[in-house]
Amino acid sequence: MKLDLILRITAKLMLPFMLMFAFYVQFHADYGPGGGFQAGIIAAAMVILYGIIFGLPAAQKVVPARLAEFMVPLGVVIFAGVGAIAMLMGGEFLNYSVLLSDSVRGQLIGILLVEIGVLVTVSGTMIAIFYTFAGRGRG
Amino acid sequence: MTIISEIVANYNQWITIFLMVSGLYIVVARGNMVKKLVGLSLFQTSVYLLYTSPGKILGGTPPILDPDFTVYSNPLPHVLILTAIVVGVATLALGLALVVRINEEYGTIEEDEIFPEKDGE
Amino acid sequence: MTLESQLPALQIVLPLFGALLCALLRSGSLAWLVALVVSLAMPVISALLLMQVQDGGFISYELGGWAPPWGIEYRIDVVGAYLVMLVSVIGALIMPYARASVAKEIDADKQAWFYTMYLLCLAGLLGIAITGDAFNIFVFMEISSLSTYVLIALGKDRRALLSAYQYLIMGTIGATFYVIGVGLLYAATGTLNLVELTARIAEIGPTRPVLAALAFLVVGISLKLALFPLHVWLPNAYTYSPSVVSAFLAATATKVAVYLYLRFLFSVFGVTVVFEGLPVPEIMLVLSIAAMFGASIVAVFQDDIKRMLAYSSVGQIGYITLGIGLANKMGLTGGVVHLINHAMMKGALFMAIGAVVYRIGSSKLDDLAGIGRKMPATTIVFALAGLSIIGTPGTVGFVSKWYLALGALDKGWWWLVFLLVASSLISMVYIGRVIEVVWFRPLRHTGPEVRDVPVSMLAPMAILAAATVYFGLDTSLTAGIARRAVDILLAGAP
Repeated sequence: MKLDLILRITAKLMLPFMLMFAFYVQFHADYGPGGGFQAGIIAAAMVILYGIIFGLPAAQKVVPARLAEFMVPLGVVIFAGVGAIAMLMGGEFLNYSVLLSDSVRGQLIGILLVEIGVLVTVSGTMIAIFYTFAGRGRG
Repeated sequence: MTIISEIVANYNQWITIFLMVSGLYIVVARGNMVKKLVGLSLFQTSVYLLYTSPGKILGGTPPILDPDFTVYSNPLPHVLILTAIVVGVATLALGLALVVRINEEYGTIEEDEIFPEKDGE
Repeated sequence: MTLESQLPALQIVLPLFGALLCALLRSGSLAWLVALVVSLAMPVISALLLMQVQDGGFISYELGGWAPPWGIEYRIDVVGAYLVMLVSVIGALIMPYARASVAKEIDADKQAWFYTMYLLCLAGLLGIAITGDAFNIFVFMEISSLSTYVLIALGKDRRALLSAYQYLIMGTIGATFYVIGVGLLYAATGTLNLVELTARIAEIGPTRPVLAALAFLVVGISLKLALFPLHVWLPNAYTYSPSVVSAFLAATATKVAVYLYLRFLFSVFGVTVVFEGLPVPEIMLVLSIAAMFGASIVAVFQDDIKRMLAYSSVGQIGYITLGIGLANKMGLTGGVVHLINHAMMKGALFMAIGAVVYRIGSSKLDDLAGIGRKMPATTIVFALAGLSIIGTPGTVGFVSKWYLALGALDKGWWWLVFLLVASSLISMVYIGRVIEVVWFRPLRHTGPEVRDVPVSMLAPMAILAAATVYFGLDTSLTAGIARRAVDILLAGAP
């Protein structure tokens, strides 16, 4: 595996573009298809590809397993937190309109934060699943 | 002839039913736990088709209001199915995790090797 | 908005946040504390909700500010509030009990996950009872089911994994059948809001898609509720899961599925479609009687008490569905009141057997020989709740059976009364068997560790056991609410 130059260099070339594409999908979702789910999967795919080519320890140096497991509830906290803040500000749970005085801008910021929460959870979940399965049976 | 034309006219429903029944059949008929999960996944996937295919309206555009268009596809089934897909993925992941653990504990994922005395049960 | 108007959302959001906090803390005892605080807050919220709706009104909450029928509506009436109350009270009683039992049965590094899953399951079960949207019910159903599979798989025995897998397959098929039913209803009516559905189905009548939807929904929910021929996942799941999980699931999960039955059969489809045009009552009746006898007879021959109680649960669910099948005022009251009664007695029984497992590490009948002398309080709880399963007058079991018998007599089915008595006799055999072994056999497990469990475990089950007697004598609260719920259901109001 170590000798496979083509694989390693192509992968290294691809990784930054994968992350960039993930963020493109994340933030362009207002205008085109995309969103936190897809972006989270693409971002996680980058880490997973890195892990497949360079080995699990290298990947875990970039994203430690604890961080991945921490991201899973953290994203949901962001999501539900936006909902809870809306409740505190006098709206229903997840009613983004009350987040700002201008209800349209409030909705925009609400959905943006929620999608970031989805990104964090989905990528964390995918990486955590990969780590758990890839690390099985190696003691 | 009318039967054939009816089948052709409702081809999306027939595909749904075919996937649904074959998925359920795999769950029932296979003893391999991973294959069972594959069947289960197929069964769930057929439901996605059941929801989304009637949501598309021929000649309809994406549901973004525009003075030039009057016919829109129904977006709600897609939103629902997005949720259902996530549920399906979670179920599949959990099922596979369980199979991995079962393999570690029993050394096999064949049901007839785990339950050899099934007749007595 | 005032705090009061936020209550429906809080009921679900609180356990959800609790679950997240448990997952972030990663420490068993801190997670337990979070779970305890959340579980104790739940009955307070549900009591406030129940007070608002007990006169027959309802609370509507527009999630995210989207008005129904476009948005998801949380809608609580007496039936829903009754269920929410039941689930949250059981949750509040289980949590103090859980600490010692979980510490014994689950590895330290997994305890925080256990509480996370427990709170997610609680949120899901409460959500089913609160939401007024058919698809949202599916989402909450899967939240509770997925966490339940994990909870079962946390059992010490390796067969826990197999039973969790088995339940996952069956549960997912059930949930998918449910979604197919909802999808067909959506295609036929164009709405997912239960109130709108009720109105539109009344308009279009029993057309073929509506009937197909009914069939899918009934089969799907029956799988979740372990109606007799679809119960095979239940005994294994309850036997090998940790004791706390068995107690919690036996008292709540199947009850919430029954709630869905009530919601769909009586409110959404309406009594006229379901009970007059179709042979639903006959099918229900046959399956319920088969459950009452078949499962109870199997229970008699079990040598593991948890397994015996699990089969007994299948039989007891038969009584509830019998009430639904009767579909008259008295019978349905019996079924609905048996929801809460069975939750009380099965909760107490599973907690008592969990206490025995805590002390001697086994729930095999032979290992329990003579234990009544060493653990008197635990066995008294078991005996009291057991008497209730049998249906002794003065306990809640009798109240439910009394109403069921009245319902049967209203229909002129005196033979059904005999069947009720006969099935009670079978439960007398399996409960009596345990009582005989624990008190009248020579002691098998000696040693200083075999003594009554700490107060934190004893108090919750003692409260439940006392409740089985109290509500057996004073039926105004349980049967009163059940009667109001039945009025709403039979009126067909959504």
